[in-house]
Amino acid sequence: MEQLYALAVGPLAWAAAAIFVFGSLYRLVRMYNLAKEKDGQALAYMSWKFGLRSLAHWFTPFGSLGWKENPLETIATFVFHIGLILLPLVVLGHVVLVEQFHGFSWWSPPEMVTDIVAMVVVVCCAFFALRRLMKPEVRFVTSGQDWLVLIIACLPFLTGVLAYHHVGPNLVMTTLHILSGELMLVAIPFTRLSHMLFGLFSRAYTGSEFGGVRHANDW
Amino acid sequence: MSTIADRLIDDAGIQRGLNRLEQSRIRSIIKGVLASETGARLKTYAETCMRCGLCAKACHYYMSHDGDPSYSPVGKVRQTMWEILKADGDVSKQQLQQFAQIAYTECNLCRRCMHYCPLGIDTAYIISVVRRICHKLGVTPQYIQDTAHSHAATLNQMWVKDDEWIDSLMWQEDEAREEFPTLRIPLEKEGADFMYSVIAPEPKFRTQLIYQAAAIFNAAGLDWTMPATPGWDNSNMAMFSGDAEVMSRVERAHYETAQRLRVKRIVMGECGHAFRAVCDVANRWLGWKVPPVPVVHSVEFFWDLLESGKIRMASKHPGTVTIHDPCNIIRGRGLMDKLRDVVHHICEDVVEMTPNREHNYCCCAGGGVINCGPPFKKVRVIGNKIKAEQLKATGVHTLIAPCHNCHGGLEDIIKHFELDMHIYFLGDIIYKHMERPADAGGGE
Repeated sequence: MEQLYALAVGPLAWAAAAIFVFGSLYRLVRMYNLAKEKDGQALAYMSWKFGLRSLAHWFTPFGSLGWKENPLETIATFVFHIGLILLPLVVLGHVVLVEQFHGFSWWSPPEMVTDIVAMVVVVCCAFFALRRLMKPEVRFVTSGQDWLVLIIACLPFLTGVLAYHHVGPNLVMTTLHILSGELMLVAIPFTRLSHMLFGLFSRAYTGSEFGGVRHANDW
Repeated sequence: MSTIADRLIDDAGIQRGLNRLEQSRIRSIIKGVLASETGARLKTYAETCMRCGLCAKACHYYMSHDGDPSYSPVGKVRQTMWEILKADGDVSKQQLQQFAQIAYTECNLCRRCMHYCPLGIDTAYIISVVRRICHKLGVTPQYIQDTAHSHAATLNQMWVKDDEWIDSLMWQEDEAREEFPTLRIPLEKEGADFMYSVIAPEPKFRTQLIYQAAAIFNAAGLDWTMPATPGWDNSNMAMFSGDAEVMSRVERAHYETAQRLRVKRIVMGECGHAFRAVCDVANRWLGWKVPPVPVVHSVEFFWDLLESGKIRMASKHPGTVTIHDPCNIIRGRGLMDKLRDVVHHICEDVVEMTPNREHNYCCCAGGGVINCGPPFKKVRVIGNKIKAEQLKATGVHTLIAPCHNCHGGLEDIIKHFELDMHIYFLGDIIYKHMERPADAGGGE
């Protein structure tokens, strides 16, 4: 297990980071080339002004009709995504690890706060899972990959909370935590989690069309 | 849970198309359309849709069927495009019938769902690609296919012959001169300020709209013309049947007619889908980022006439009215403020329905749905119960809808749900209540 731990924090971590960065770049470049080849008119209408205007509204909680009419989902979505992206960057364990390996560190919030945020992210995942099971309009369109990406996104946080609270053998849980985090990084460019890469562009394009061609709001 | 398979409707056109179709052709045609006509947009939408279901509440079909998930935007995409992609185009005839019914009759391409999708996924675009596939396979509802054939043969939607068109205009000019002795409907006048274009149902059975428009232009003293050749019809059902080739022929003829007459701009009647064809869709297919001749919708045009004082109202429409926002000129062109300005100019009192402006519910006739004809009438009337409730909640008996399709759809809804409402075009009210030229007769 110690060997696996060493592998996970060493070569696998580098590999996961590399796959995430270069995989994402590869997908973005490929998609851009495809757009140039096949969606010339869409590229022609792309606009920084209207694209960013749309993103600003959609990045504001309750800033659009869809958010307003689905208040619970809106809160869960925002809390989940903010936690998912920020927490790994500032949680003390990660900062210490970076310091240990690379000799530099940055600010980290009190551990009690990050612990609660991690638990909230897990609760949000449970909420999304419940929606998939209970709400007919979600169940009707749910497929295997939806469950897969939900589990992939949830695992690092669940294992992180368990490891922090010393539930189960500590080394096993920590190793699982690291591996699941790496799994998520690797999965981002190649699964539905790629909405992290492409979602900005699809929303910005819609904003550009509504703003530039249709002269109407899209929120 | 119900699916499209539980509500299939017999349609002669779809059935004939399926009968003619050989199984081996299905896959090659679908793959051809996907490879040659789609790219990053469809790929991104297919991959990043998180199947969260937030778009469900956007759709009037879903709302009108008590939350039946098979009517939600993503539910409809799941039953069509996701199936096509999953099977890599290898779908059965039975599935094709389902795809056609959803794509042509259960989605108005109204784009309300884009106010609900955080990722900005354009369901209308996806459903349009499904329609394109159905068209290429020859699996189209009989009635809309007939209008597309008419476009192909005559460049107008309603098989209006060349001489019938001129005849209808001269007839309306003749009629109107009883009331306005100096009125003309100028034909083929080169260099006029604008060409007025209409949709084929106007000469066919709503000729009073041409009469009214002529009366308004006459009262405002405008320099205008109408073409005497094909190219006068701005409507475009080929756009909705998926026949992009005919769609672009129609639109090219429309613009080239305006260019031949050397007019400064095209002004068009109170039509929504035609505006979409002219300003947004067909120009793209032709490779024009913006139309080569500026196009002005009559809402903007009336706004200009009323604001500049070229048309003055002698009286206002009495009582209270409510405003229906047509998708294709509101979500399609942002004319909601000008529409309200015009209505306030010409009507005494306005009660807004909710939701309104960009968030309006569709009439359920647009997107070619009403053009699929009688077999699918119930689909669009029952499928828009929510609109009936919205109209009823205003407590108003007069509705203003500046769009032909909306009129058709809303009339059916009002009748079916016994709403006791009357619908007007802006032109109806302006014509009736405007100040008339000194030599004019007394009006109605």
